Amino acid sequence: MNRMISTAAAIALTASAGFAQTVDPSDWDAVLAEAKGQTVYWNAWGGDQRINDFIASVGAQMEAEYGVSLEHVKLSDTANAVTRVLSEKAAGQDQGGAIDLIWINGANFAAMKENELLFGPFAEQLPNWQYVDVEGKPAVINDFTNPTEGLESPWAMAQLVFEYDTARLSEPPRSVAALAEWAANNPGRFTYPQPPDYLGTTFLKQVLYGVIEDPSVLQMPVEAVDYDVTVAPLWDYLDGLTPNLWRSGAAYPQNEPRLGQLVADGEIDISFAFNPGRASAAIANFELPDTVRTFVFDQGTIGNASFVAIPYNAANQAGALVLANLLIDPEVQARAQDPAVLGFQTVLNMDALPTEDRARFDALELGVATLSPADLGSALLEPHASWMTRIQQDWITRYGVGQ
Amino acid sequence: MNRGRPLRFAPLLTILLLIGPVGAGVLGTLAPAFGYLPALGGVSVTLDPWRDLMAWQGLWPAAWLSISTGIGATVISLIISTLIVAAWQGTRVFAFVMRALSPLLSVPHAAAAFGLAFLIAPSGWISRALSPHITGWERPPDILITQDPMGLSMMAALVVKEVPFLLLMTMAALGQTDSLRMRMSAQVLGYGRVWGWLLAVFPRVYPQIRLPIYAVLAYSMSVVDVALILGPTRPPTLSVQVLTWMSDPDLSLRFQAAAGAVLQLGLVLAALFAWRSAERVVARLGCGIAMRGHRGAGGDAASRGVALSLAMICAGAVLFGLGALTVWSFAGLWQFPDLLPQQLSLRVWMAQSGNLAAATKDTVIIGVAATGIALLLVIACLEAEYRHGLRTSGRALLLLYIPLIVPQVAFLPGLSIFAILTGVDGGIAAVIMAHAVFVLPYVFLSLADPWRAWDQRLGLAAQTLGAGAERVLWGVRLPMLLRPVLTAAAVGFAVSVGQYLPTLLIGAGRIETLTTEAVALASGGNRRLIGMYALLQMVTPLAAFTVAILVPSLIYRNRRGLSVSV
Amino acid sequence: MKDGLHILELEIAQRGRVLVSLDLKIAPGEIVTIMGPSGSGKSTLLSALIGALAPEFEMRGHVLLNGIDITDLSTRQRRIGLLFQDDTLFPHLSVGANLAFALPPTVRGKGARMARVERALLDAGLDGFSGRDPATLSGGQRARVSLMRTLIAEPNALLLDEPFSKLDADRRTHIRAFVVDRVRQRALPALLVTHDAEDARAVGGRILDPLGREISL
Repeated sequence: MNRMISTAAAIALTASAGFAQTVDPSDWDAVLAEAKGQTVYWNAWGGDQRINDFIASVGAQMEAEYGVSLEHVKLSDTANAVTRVLSEKAAGQDQGGAIDLIWINGANFAAMKENELLFGPFAEQLPNWQYVDVEGKPAVINDFTNPTEGLESPWAMAQLVFEYDTARLSEPPRSVAALAEWAANNPGRFTYPQPPDYLGTTFLKQVLYGVIEDPSVLQMPVEAVDYDVTVAPLWDYLDGLTPNLWRSGAAYPQNEPRLGQLVADGEIDISFAFNPGRASAAIANFELPDTVRTFVFDQGTIGNASFVAIPYNAANQAGALVLANLLIDPEVQARAQDPAVLGFQTVLNMDALPTEDRARFDALELGVATLSPADLGSALLEPHASWMTRIQQDWITRYGVGQ
Repeated sequence: MNRGRPLRFAPLLTILLLIGPVGAGVLGTLAPAFGYLPALGGVSVTLDPWRDLMAWQGLWPAAWLSISTGIGATVISLIISTLIVAAWQGTRVFAFVMRALSPLLSVPHAAAAFGLAFLIAPSGWISRALSPHITGWERPPDILITQDPMGLSMMAALVVKEVPFLLLMTMAALGQTDSLRMRMSAQVLGYGRVWGWLLAVFPRVYPQIRLPIYAVLAYSMSVVDVALILGPTRPPTLSVQVLTWMSDPDLSLRFQAAAGAVLQLGLVLAALFAWRSAERVVARLGCGIAMRGHRGAGGDAASRGVALSLAMICAGAVLFGLGALTVWSFAGLWQFPDLLPQQLSLRVWMAQSGNLAAATKDTVIIGVAATGIALLLVIACLEAEYRHGLRTSGRALLLLYIPLIVPQVAFLPGLSIFAILTGVDGGIAAVIMAHAVFVLPYVFLSLADPWRAWDQRLGLAAQTLGAGAERVLWGVRLPMLLRPVLTAAAVGFAVSVGQYLPTLLIGAGRIETLTTEAVALASGGNRRLIGMYALLQMVTPLAAFTVAILVPSLIYRNRRGLSVSV
Repeated sequence: MKDGLHILELEIAQRGRVLVSLDLKIAPGEIVTIMGPSGSGKSTLLSALIGALAPEFEMRGHVLLNGIDITDLSTRQRRIGLLFQDDTLFPHLSVGANLAFALPPTVRGKGARMARVERALLDAGLDGFSGRDPATLSGGQRARVSLMRTLIAEPNALLLDEPFSKLDADRRTHIRAFVVDRVRQRALPALLVTHDAEDARAVGGRILDPLGREISL
């Protein structure tokens, strides 16, 4: 057995050095020809049925238009896909890997990029890249300030919005400070997903924006600033807020849908999501009463982009490229932005689109609880990815182990 | 006789199937636990992963949580199941209790935990039933019930699932002891029914249910899905934390995760050892008490009441929980404190019909194939035992329990690396083999007794009539044992349906079964979808049990000699 | 060549204690009785004769059937019929199927096989019973079906392991006569094992104990 392990290790070490990509994204006709008949395994979080349905519809469209089939591998955590690629590399499987495309961003992307587990660059060679709003939405090429360098392609914009039920709450708190004051007056009616959950950590970063003097330091790596002093107001704020949280902070929901369930059950009054259209869609699905509305803080809320990336050893790279391109197709993007479908904000530039495609976006209705782009305001930039990692760790030390 | 020779290798093959994957997987976990994982640059042996593990403040609370909830759930389950048998065995009430609890065996743990979570949460069904008239609650109260820091709600979910299992194991063991007569002799001597049973019968039964109890203990200590649904989060149990580290984007945490998995394995072994020692102490105390001769006749009525209530609570918790989830799958808007949804709709079912059909198909294919392999090996082993006069020793029986006792989180991640190495991962065949590892012990345990109890003179009679060993097997023994064979198959199928981690890790996430879908959706907390999948998760194995009961009854409807004599 | 059953200097011992010691020739149509209390080695002898002796016994000597040494043959190759103390009818098969199970495969064709089965049932006075569930028969009927099943397999010798002990007195005489009749009719060498003196006397013939000593009643 030991010999087997070391043999595998040797294979892994030698093979990872000398592997060459086989598909050239700049020769699109060749990509289409090779993709025909392939089945693309897209590993994407499977916890939201509307997203699953949307992915299935994209799969049907890709099958019809390009003869490429799509299998949605439903993840409970994106990091499982990273683990998978890593295990394959450990076993020396540098071709024919199980994952063709991953829905990814932030720290997962940073980890894969750093460990050279990604195929590319490919994003800027995609035919539909011409429509992407690189100037107006810099987040499409900066993933948590990490330059994407064409190793991932954006497919949706997301922004943090808060949700509340007007039947129970007339005027919601519109700043970090107001939120703490409201919680003090209404103990047990607010909480956030437990970090290291993605949305929970995003909430911490949102608080950080609200309590530090100069938010511009967040664009730098934490090593470049006096971290302890900078984040001290965050811990002060949380120390004050925690006793007023749901279950007095003795328990937290694990993720965004669990948080949504709490507001649906009436256990809490204010929740939040990383998708401005979630509340409207949930109302349409009878998951929330039609009295629910959304709001953002006066200073704005954090926004970022969702990407897709291709593992270096993907078995169906050509098919994965076709899918990445289809995801930024104007018609597909318009469908994703439809609140009745997903309510995701587009990554495309309206001014770059042909007239008929722009009309698709103009025809969309917002949905009863969705804010207009003007009301959403400008998104705050994601802090450098190192903030997320560091704040997560410190939060766990301070609040996550029950000490 | 020559044709029977390959049978000699059946036991060896079976042991390889059981031990091979576990051994390979544990090695694949041990190596990174000591710093060896070349793909991540770990090429030397070091204790750093252990230092990192010790540095996590949550370690001892998490480890303690695993120990306390695991041992707690096992002790409580054992007490309840023992009390039920002691108080009610041989009565009509007992037959009713068994009928009520047996179907719970086929309910996957995750589904039961979800159902329970919705029942007992402050915004759950019980609270809704009492609100606002009795409680005065217009809003769900802010009370910590699920995810409580001591893991009590998680223990409750484990208990309601393990009581039926231990009950069934106890009943199987009772078949081999003269329990009713022993209890009667104790009662003739003036002992109370319950007390007499505990003193006279339990010591004889315990050695036979020891291994199932160990399996329950190991499982409860390292369970992942139930802990994710009902367990505390600050910190979570050790096995949940290990999975969290394993799925962290910071890949260097894999080493720490492996060390944690090894610690989890160590904790389980230590707990088993402690349990074994405690057995001796309890036995000695029990002897002392028995010698004193207290008759304990006064406690019967109370014990019987308590036992029956506990049994009904277990059955009720699972059945009402699943009922609630079923209602959720048809629910429109359903707000607190409404007892039932405002509207009902088939929307979710319609939208999901395609996915459901596909997932059900794969679940059935994998379950049938894994059960088929396990059944083939088990029958080959038992037949080899019969034809060649081999004996299954206690040690061999222990081997059977190894896949059930080694925590899945301690060997499945390591095993998936081996699966990739040998190029068998990602396909349905690899998943089937992985399932067979967990299915086989249960098939063996449920088939071995009826197989050995078969009247061997019938085989001899067939041979004197000119039948060879194969004809005796296929023409006489298997047809006669059709009912227990199908029951064992149904048990195996149910086990396969409930597998989560093996399907996910060995199937490279590409194989979708009802259980992987349900747990993936569980992360989304959508009760409507969870309800639907949980229902199917329960119905699929139930269908197998129905087949196991109906087919023999149909084939042998005119054969009184083979009717069930329960 | 019908030469009968020849038990040649057969000795069976367990941990050094000799249980069986026989040197005996049974002619076609003859019934020899081995009598002794339970535990005296009667059943051990039968196991040895059908080739199913448990490994803890040591055996010396030979068994010849119609002149052929069958000592090392497997149970099914010996073609020695055995009638058990309790009937061993297969509960999952009908009466007819039980008989068909025993009928040698050399009888070909469904029609021919069924005809043989029906003939055997008629011979036992059980015509029309072919489709019956064995569990619904009376004790006497079951005993007769058992014998017919043993005989339809066309054995070259017949062993009887206390086949009458479970029957009530009325049926017992009847079945005993039925068996003795069939053995004579087919000229089979037969060995009856019993602890019951009445059975031994009724079938006639020699009576020995397992160590080969003549017993006179």
